[in-house]
Parts: sequence; C-alpha cells; structure tokens
Amino acid sequence: MNTIDRTVTPCVIVEEEVQFTLVELSRACRIEVEPLLELVMEGVLTPSGEDAEHWHFGGATLRRARRAVRLTRDLELNAASTALVLDLLDEIDALRSRLRRLGGD
Amino acid sequence: MEFKDYYAVLGLERTVAQDEIKRAYRKLARKYHPDVSKEPDAEARFKEVAEAYEALKDVEKRAAYDDVANRYQHGQEFRPPPGWDSGFEFSGGGSDESVDFNRSDFFESLFGHPTAGARGPRAWGQRAGGDHHAKVLIDLQDAYRGGRRSISLRVPRIDANGQATIEERHLEVSIPKGIRDGQHLRLAGQGGPGQGDAPAGDLYLEIAFAPHPVFRVDGRDVYLDLPVAPWEAALGTGVTVQTPDGSVQLTVPPGSSPGRQLRLKGRGLPGVPPGDLYAVLSIRLPPADTPATQDAYRRMAEAFGDFHPRGRLEA
Repeated sequence: MNTIDRTVTPCVIVEEEVQFTLVELSRACRIEVEPLLELVMEGVLTPSGEDAEHWHFGGATLRRARRAVRLTRDLELNAASTALVLDLLDEIDALRSRLRRLGGD
Repeated sequence: MEFKDYYAVLGLERTVAQDEIKRAYRKLARKYHPDVSKEPDAEARFKEVAEAYEALKDVEKRAAYDDVANRYQHGQEFRPPPGWDSGFEFSGGGSDESVDFNRSDFFESLFGHPTAGARGPRAWGQRAGGDHHAKVLIDLQDAYRGGRRSISLRVPRIDANGQATIEERHLEVSIPKGIRDGQHLRLAGQGGPGQGDAPAGDLYLEIAFAPHPVFRVDGRDVYLDLPVAPWEAALGTGVTVQTPDGSVQLTVPPGSSPGRQLRLKGRGLPGVPPGDLYAVLSIRLPPADTPATQDAYRRMAEAFGDFHPRGRLEA
C-alpha cells in the first residue's frame, strides 16, 4: 500500500450532483435508519417523495444530517432538542455570514 | 505513551459519584462540541472530554481505569503492565462503537480498538464496506481555479492479530472549479472495503477553506476590505485590487463613504451563476505628526467650516 497512485480518483460534488435514498443517507451518516426517520418526523430533514421507500434527500442533507447525528449522540439529545439546536445554529450561521460580509470579525 | 488523567479532564475528583460524571461531561460537551463551540481548540478539547467520558461512564471500565490510575499521574510515561486487563471482562465488548472519533493510544491500550466489522451500521445486513469521511483544507485559489490535489489520509486498519495500525493513504483528487466552503466531494468506492463480493463504501471529503488574510468568503461571494485615503473617497480614484484570480482595475466613485460596497460582478467563486467580489471601503486617516501635515488639517478645518460631524448629538 505504500506505492503512490498518481491516477486521479473521480469525484462529484455532493451538494450539486447527488441525491440520497434513505438507506444511502444512513450509510453516508454511518447510522441506522431509525434515527433518520425521527429527524424527518421532527422536520429536521425534508425528503421529497411519497413514502420512506421512495424518499429522496438533496445533497445538502448530508451535512445537516451528520450534524444532527453528532449533536444527538454527543450531547445525548432527543430528536426534538436536536431540531431546536439546529434551527438556532442556522440562525447563528446566518448572523455570522452577515458579520463576515460587513468585515466585523 | 502518556498516562491520561480522565478525572482531571472532566474537572472531577476520583471519588466522584457516577452521575456527577455524566453531568460534568454534558456541561463540557455543550461548551466544546465542535458543532456549537467557537472556542479555538474546541475539537481537540471535545475529543479529550468524550474519551474521558467513554472511559468513566461505564462502571466496569471506570473500575479498570481506577486500578491503573492509582499508580500514575497525568502526563507520566505509561506502559501497560503485561496482562493487566486479564482480570476484567467488559460486558459491553470493546470500545463503544457508536462514538465516531479516534481515541488516543492510551485509551486503546486500556480498552482495545473497536473491531472493523463492528464500526459500520448494520441495518442492511449484507457486508458492503462502510462510508468514510475526511476533512480537506484547501486554499481559496484552489476553489477559483480547480485542479489536482494530493491528499493523504490516515486510516486505521486492524491487522490479523486485532492490532490497530495507522496507514497513510494517498489519493489524487481533482478539485472541481467553484467548489464552496463546507461542500462535500464523494469518491465512489474509496471507503471501507466490502467483504467478499460486496461493494466498497464511498469516501466523502468535506471541503474547508483555509482562512485567508485578505479575502472573506460567504457562499459564492468574496469580500475584501479596501482602505482609501479621505481625498480618494471624496474625489474618487482608480485602484488596482488583487482578487484571488489576478488583479483588476476598480473605480472608487467620488463621494464614497466608509462601508460602501463596490461590486465586481462575476469575480467571486466560479459557477453558474458565478459569485461576486465585493470591495468594502474603509477610510484611513493620515497621521498629523509633522507641522506640515498639521497645517494641512487646519486648512481643511477652515475650508469645511460648515461641517458638523456631531450635528444630532449637540443640543
């Protein structure tokens, strides 16, 4: 394994080119399906499609879902608290990016 | 390897009751969790705290740790005595597989390494390889131009004897032009190996921009501070501005105030549509530290006799 392979490994930008099924999202987040279902019930993640088998999640869901999973696990939160924390973090992110535009660091 | 005092990490005495450990952990986790904390060393601190909690939250592991801890101090060179753990049976198996971070050598010498198979989720039965994640720091210029980057990853592997070793793995990746901070790249089949004929998992690379001394990035838009002299702001001027993608000519219109944003359309991060580059004006006052410059300010005061900067404050 020490040889250096110089061939370029192909890649795609998840946020722009990828959609996840529920099972793919659970693999990508390295967790079971159930906690993701809870996050959907709380409105943290919003799939398109009729029922869980046909759900599709946009690429940007990966970041949000992983964040939710980390918070739930590390802070020992339930899904409702995670939803609240994520909403507040979104608000902080928006304020920070406004500060950044103004040069207020 | 250094001995780690997990009680000190959590700010606790060794005699503390079990539920105090949980309380201390939760308090520190809220303070240092990398998703909520802006403390500069949050990630490193959180890992320490999480590791300490993992060792102490379980009564059996805590007893095993206490047995060792009675003989060592924090930072002291630690050598696990041969067979020290033979008397302990951890009913929970090895390490807690749900926690997704690399533990210290010290931790693993005490409690072992989670086995490779146990780490991935087991929801879908067949033994496909797990998806892996890593973070990659790139320069803003890389995102403007795209191009090849060599990436080295440190991957823990479990050998035939169940020992964990760290392997360096090199990948050549083509950074797509216009990638944004916080986006992810997916490298299909570059994650954990599958068992038998099952497919390998994918590798996700989270892109982060290295902080830049001049440019600030917000989504696709890029900002920079443009300091000008008072007369340049008042009378207007042309300036040459460095962008992440070469320099451009910019016109500061007459009568500009500080905070004014001059937009260079399409000079932000490339994409469809491309972002914009904003130069945010600030005004630098030249120091009045010689008789000649002081005279210049006095002449200015005379010329601007009608100027009242504090109009609304004065009664």
